[in-house]
Amino acid sequence: MKHKAFFLFVLPSSVAMMLFIFFPIISVIVQSLYVAHEQVIVTVENCGPFGCKESTAIDQEATAALREAEPLGRFAGLTTYLDRNHLAVGEVGTAWERADNWRDFGAQMLNLPFYKAIGFTLTFTFVVTPLVIIFGFVIAVAVNSAAALIRGPLIFFSLLPMMVTPLIGSLILFWMIDARGIIGSTLQYLAGNPDLSIKASTPLTWIMLIVYGVWHAAPFAFIVYYAGLQTVNKDTLEAARIDGASRWEQIRYVVIPHLLPLTTFIALMQLMDNFRVFEPIVSFAASAHATSLSWAIYNDLGGETRQLSSAAATSVLTIIGVAILLSPVLVRTWRDFGRK
Amino acid sequence: MYLKSLIAAGVLALSASTAYAECTIENGRLSIIGNEFPAIQTVAKNATSCSGGMEAESNLTADHQKINLAGMQGNPAEYTTAILANSSIVALINEDVLRSLDDLIAKHGQDIPKNQLITIDGKVMAVAFMANAQHLVYRDDVLKKIGVEPPKTYEELLAAAKVIRDQGIMENPVGGAYAAGWNLAQEFVNMYLGHGGEFYKPGTAEVSINNENGVATLEMMKALSEYMNPDFLTHDSNATSAEWEAGNVALMNMWGSRTGRLMDAEGSTPEVYENTKVGAPMTVGGGDRPASTLWWDGWTVAKNISDEDAEATFLAMKYGISPAILNDETMGQAVWMIDGYKPAPVNAGVFSAIDMQTTPYPMLPYQGLLHTALGDNIGDFLQGKESAEQTLADIEAAYTAAAKEKGYLK
Repeated sequence: MKHKAFFLFVLPSSVAMMLFIFFPIISVIVQSLYVAHEQVIVTVENCGPFGCKESTAIDQEATAALREAEPLGRFAGLTTYLDRNHLAVGEVGTAWERADNWRDFGAQMLNLPFYKAIGFTLTFTFVVTPLVIIFGFVIAVAVNSAAALIRGPLIFFSLLPMMVTPLIGSLILFWMIDARGIIGSTLQYLAGNPDLSIKASTPLTWIMLIVYGVWHAAPFAFIVYYAGLQTVNKDTLEAARIDGASRWEQIRYVVIPHLLPLTTFIALMQLMDNFRVFEPIVSFAASAHATSLSWAIYNDLGGETRQLSSAAATSVLTIIGVAILLSPVLVRTWRDFGRK
Repeated sequence: MYLKSLIAAGVLALSASTAYAECTIENGRLSIIGNEFPAIQTVAKNATSCSGGMEAESNLTADHQKINLAGMQGNPAEYTTAILANSSIVALINEDVLRSLDDLIAKHGQDIPKNQLITIDGKVMAVAFMANAQHLVYRDDVLKKIGVEPPKTYEELLAAAKVIRDQGIMENPVGGAYAAGWNLAQEFVNMYLGHGGEFYKPGTAEVSINNENGVATLEMMKALSEYMNPDFLTHDSNATSAEWEAGNVALMNMWGSRTGRLMDAEGSTPEVYENTKVGAPMTVGGGDRPASTLWWDGWTVAKNISDEDAEATFLAMKYGISPAILNDETMGQAVWMIDGYKPAPVNAGVFSAIDMQTTPYPMLPYQGLLHTALGDNIGDFLQGKESAEQTLADIEAAYTAAAKEKGYLK
């Protein structure tokens, strides 16, 4: 394709990407480097139905002048990134000096909000992604070998978890795993422990979130693999069969190599999605047990006082995290491209 | 008796005056953002019912304070009024998105009683229409069965809970909105004030809760949580109310604005709702200040809207809290600061809170940051993951980092 034609062809999507992805990211980065002005606090008398009380308030006139002069706030550089609620450089240093052993150091690190969030986020990402790929593949092979008559309904039911809105899906599961819900009481019965409660236990909450993550995303891997299975070369399969390959050997030596590029694609998408795990934490009300980077952003913006710079810094750290996670795959793709 | 006598005076004054006219507003726009509990539903329904050419809509959701600021920062603002409480008004005043109501009150609001006007530094910023507080709710039949009077202190509540559990009446007799986040932080605020604690070093924004009052507060919360459903860290006010209506709980500290629903015939069995009674807020640790906070709910007018819209909003909201809204159904929904309001037994808890001079929730510009830090960290202690001192130190550190970012601390 000529360069000009190519350029015109991708122009609309490039413009859209600039507008909706590139500029917002720039604005978030800028925001994260600034913090609010020093507040001008005045003592005031507040009166209401319960009487009057001396209190403090922000001096709006003085603040308006400050805002006018520097609309973005005070330039703070990387201060927000380094403070206790983010990378906590100072606190990590102290923990390193004070800790007697690795265990102690780990415990102190997990007490810091950022590392607590990243601990769960990474566990979730690296457990859910492979499980989604395995389950998606198994379902795709199973559906593909089912009789043509029931294949349609099977595909429909396999896709259901992905069609359900994440918040609704996790809410339904939330009620089912309640100590009085169907899954919760079944587990109590199986474990022989009437006090067992998934929502009250940190390890069980993590497992539940991971199970939800797999349940929700496996259909995505399934549908991609199912499409891929339709393109497997029939002649190669037949040749393998004539050579005496068992069903497992056909899958191992013909199907899996054929589907490898799709696996890369699914892994990329899932790494990105799972790193941004958010909905299940909110709808399972699991924040006492598990937090993620996305949840931290939501929490900063959802309090009575919005912490924009803090949320912006966490957002940039999330982008960096995604970039690090994806870099091995991207480097490989780039090398393959170079070879051609 | 301060509020009660004022209300009584208002009732007398009203009986002499004429009935309120229907509401008609020809021009302008009304758009309400607020919480979703029954009393606010009533106010919003009546404010939006005004006839005439005015555009009227409302968005009532438990997540209102996540969106009200963003919805009022634009010009013109999406929401022309936010229904708020004494904690949440601070965030909007901090960002200067609320209009002073002085001129509108001079023009249209001379008849609004003075005690309903929320003034900050001499300027009227909101009009309150109801009072609220958390207080004891108990099951009369269960307490009679064990022969115990309704508890007046948290220590008595713990003793009663032990008897109920030991006698096998209920496994987890205590309820409480202990969901990690805002609710859990609110319970800390209650209990810390009940212990006589101060949140900040006098005259500064420097937090100071890592002291014996803070430790005693956390210890009491943990002692209570041991008598709660093990899932307590996921139970907000709604879930706690559901536990109550299911008959699983006999004692709890609950919002006055939610007791009406617990005592009506919906969603529960007669055994539960007929025996649901309210009591005064409890004290703790021998203190005389109740371990609770006083709240008002009121409406405001956005700054970034035209004078015409502001006027329409003012008139509609004024109608929304006029005596015309009171009827058999709405009377028990809240402790209304409205002429014609007759206290029902369901409201006795909030009146006790006022009589006992419960501390109002602090209206400080940085209190919201502390509330967030509390809600994020207390769960670790209640799960037994760390010591009380460590949790309090974490809260102080999280607050300090946030307060520096927002410019309250250097």
